[in-house]
Amino acid sequence: MRRIFFDSAASTQIAPEVVKVMTSAMLNLHANPSSIHNEGRRCRAAIEKARKSIATEIGASIGEIFFTSGGTESNNMAIKCAVRDLGVKHIITSCVEHHCVLNAVKAAARDYGVSIDRVSVNQYGEINMEELETLLKSKTEPTLVTIMHANNEVGCINDIVKIGNLCRANNAYFHSDTVQTVGHYPINVDELPVDFISGAGHKFHGPNGIGFLWINSERTINPLIDGGAQERNMRAGTENIYGILGMAKALEMANENYETHKAYILNLKDTLRSELQNRIPGISFNENPDKEHLYTVLNVSFPPHPKSDLLILNMDIHGIAASGGSACSSGAAKGSHVIAALGGDPCRTAVRFSFSHMNTLEEVVYVAKTLEAIYVPRTVNA
Amino acid sequence: MANPRKIYLDNNSTTPCDPRVVEAMLPYFYEVPGNAASRNHPFGWAAEEAVSVAREQIADLIGVEEKEIIFTSGATEADNLALKGVFEMYKRKGNHIITVKTEHKAVLDSCAKIEKMGGEVTYLDVDRKGRLNLEELEAAIKDTTILVSVMWANNETGTIQDMKAIGDICEKHGVLFMSDATQAVGKIKTHPKEVGVHLMAFTGHKMYGPKGVGVLFVNRKKPRVKVTAQIDGGGHERGMRSGTLNVPAIVGMGKAAAIAKAEMEQDAARVSKLRDKLEKELSANLEEVYLNGDIDNRMPHVTNLSFKHVEGEGLMMTFNENIAVSSGSACTSASLEPSYVLIALGLGDDLAHSSIRFSLGRFTTEEEVDLAIAALTKGVSHMRDLSPIWEMYKEGIDLDAVEWSEH
Repeated sequence: MRRIFFDSAASTQIAPEVVKVMTSAMLNLHANPSSIHNEGRRCRAAIEKARKSIATEIGASIGEIFFTSGGTESNNMAIKCAVRDLGVKHIITSCVEHHCVLNAVKAAARDYGVSIDRVSVNQYGEINMEELETLLKSKTEPTLVTIMHANNEVGCINDIVKIGNLCRANNAYFHSDTVQTVGHYPINVDELPVDFISGAGHKFHGPNGIGFLWINSERTINPLIDGGAQERNMRAGTENIYGILGMAKALEMANENYETHKAYILNLKDTLRSELQNRIPGISFNENPDKEHLYTVLNVSFPPHPKSDLLILNMDIHGIAASGGSACSSGAAKGSHVIAALGGDPCRTAVRFSFSHMNTLEEVVYVAKTLEAIYVPRTVNA
Repeated sequence: MANPRKIYLDNNSTTPCDPRVVEAMLPYFYEVPGNAASRNHPFGWAAEEAVSVAREQIADLIGVEEKEIIFTSGATEADNLALKGVFEMYKRKGNHIITVKTEHKAVLDSCAKIEKMGGEVTYLDVDRKGRLNLEELEAAIKDTTILVSVMWANNETGTIQDMKAIGDICEKHGVLFMSDATQAVGKIKTHPKEVGVHLMAFTGHKMYGPKGVGVLFVNRKKPRVKVTAQIDGGGHERGMRSGTLNVPAIVGMGKAAAIAKAEMEQDAARVSKLRDKLEKELSANLEEVYLNGDIDNRMPHVTNLSFKHVEGEGLMMTFNENIAVSSGSACTSASLEPSYVLIALGLGDDLAHSSIRFSLGRFTTEEEVDLAIAALTKGVSHMRDLSPIWEMYKEGIDLDAVEWSEH
């Protein structure tokens, strides 16, 4: 049976061009980049070229890019090391962050005794800016704000320029989990009032197992993972050279095709929204109609229905891969902490459809029709 | 061929990916894009299934259960997780860790961090062959000791520790035993349970698998060992290591483990013959060649030789465009400091500076070894011909008695 992959926010399909770059590196750049012989130097040069490319793509200088094993490690490193090395006493965050941020913050509170404030969000998942400002003004000791750029489950986008300016005005450090936006929107750290942002290769058609942390050159932290002198003493471990090269290629391609992919994917999303609206009464969408929203994510609330409980499974039987909650917790039977924080109706089932340029309009229509067949009883002889 | 050369005798710094491994990984880039944690659709299932097969292959190689395999981004992360994770988890029991001066930086730097966090670390000496003294180890254990960390085989000399004896001592005193087995897994038999190792770190790229993936084995029964996660998040890997699983790399490491299980014995037999030939002929062709390490207990593919009065880095320059070897380990080889491992073995600066590590591998041929012997013989002779120190030595001057003026 054909399969439709509408779960790109969990992991995108890798681009064939990226695989090509990686397999070529696997076969030809096999040495340890720290070795000083010819083979080693060639590997080092390839990594530094990739670093330059990524730095250029996000407006950073090469000294600010540190390769990690992925978004989770990048976010852990930013939060835990900022707390440990910058004397942070308070963390301001939200309750709709990705689990890696939520749990890194908890660990920082456990290990370093920092206090945590969680800014409330509105029904769309957007941060309450007034509350953030009040909280920031009340802090007299060093404070770290960690607030995601775009939410992975509902797709709302926070204004990180505004948040960053508030942080700057109140002398707070600002980390933003940008895993869902790097490679999907132009990011120029040169113009952003941020201190740390993170990226993960597999969210923009690059490989798994590789990510980066951008650290503002004004900020100095020590490593999370100790050992050799790789990444200028900031992240030990033999470099994942194919991952690094693959991620650089993926980001180049993503930014090069940004306009066309965005328009194409937005059309898929808009079509799915209107198709579902026309076909299924009582359906609603977890998004703010007045604001820009991740074009890759459509979070749908289905009306109470006997078949809602097993909706994801039911779609799956029909060949559709989508997600309830984010993948990182979707193995657990817990409901989504994000949907819960939005104060949605617990009787309604929320499903996240997330798209990429590898999806088609035909797939969208098939999905809408399949859902209609599940929800709307067929009239005989229709 | 565009490149006439490429004799790669630096397999301890990293092994090339076996083409069979690359082939096994490819479908997981293209056909199975799922996030292995997406448990509610088959893309995710296929990825999860692939991870579970790899887990089985790796568990099988080292004789443990699948549930005892925790995937990480590499050995460095696994070492960090084991050391810092045990330190945090067993805080109530004690704060003392025993390790060895010749460990890899990933262990030593983690220990340094632990000392900053309030831990106490004892660094044991080694003998001239690189082996630790079992009595000293036992004497170092005290009430507050929670962990002994000893690498299975050394990355620079290939010296293998007496793991069973160390494991027995740890068991007798009820302390956990961790091993950085990065250099040993997939090349010699490394069954942690047979020697009493409770935590064992290793990596894909030293066993002909990919970079960017490693494993920490964590013993689940008798004793049930737990480590505090160092990377928090979605609760992957039974809560010990969060982060989307690097499925293609994990599949590759699994394949590499399966190949190693089937072929490592014959690989070791073949490669050790080549290694012995290299060693024997260089020692026959050249004067003043010293073997660093333990000839009776060492990895089958490694030899570390000091060519007295020849500066190792300079020697490498004479054949660098043709042969890849290493002086010191890759992770520290960019620095010109003499190897701290060789210094710990008691070598003077002169011999430590003149050392070259040869690490052969699955793809090394006899022809390559012959070419390396010729190149090394030529290079060492050339360097010595240019060296006034060598000349003095040949004239019978006692170099240790010479007073060198500082400049």
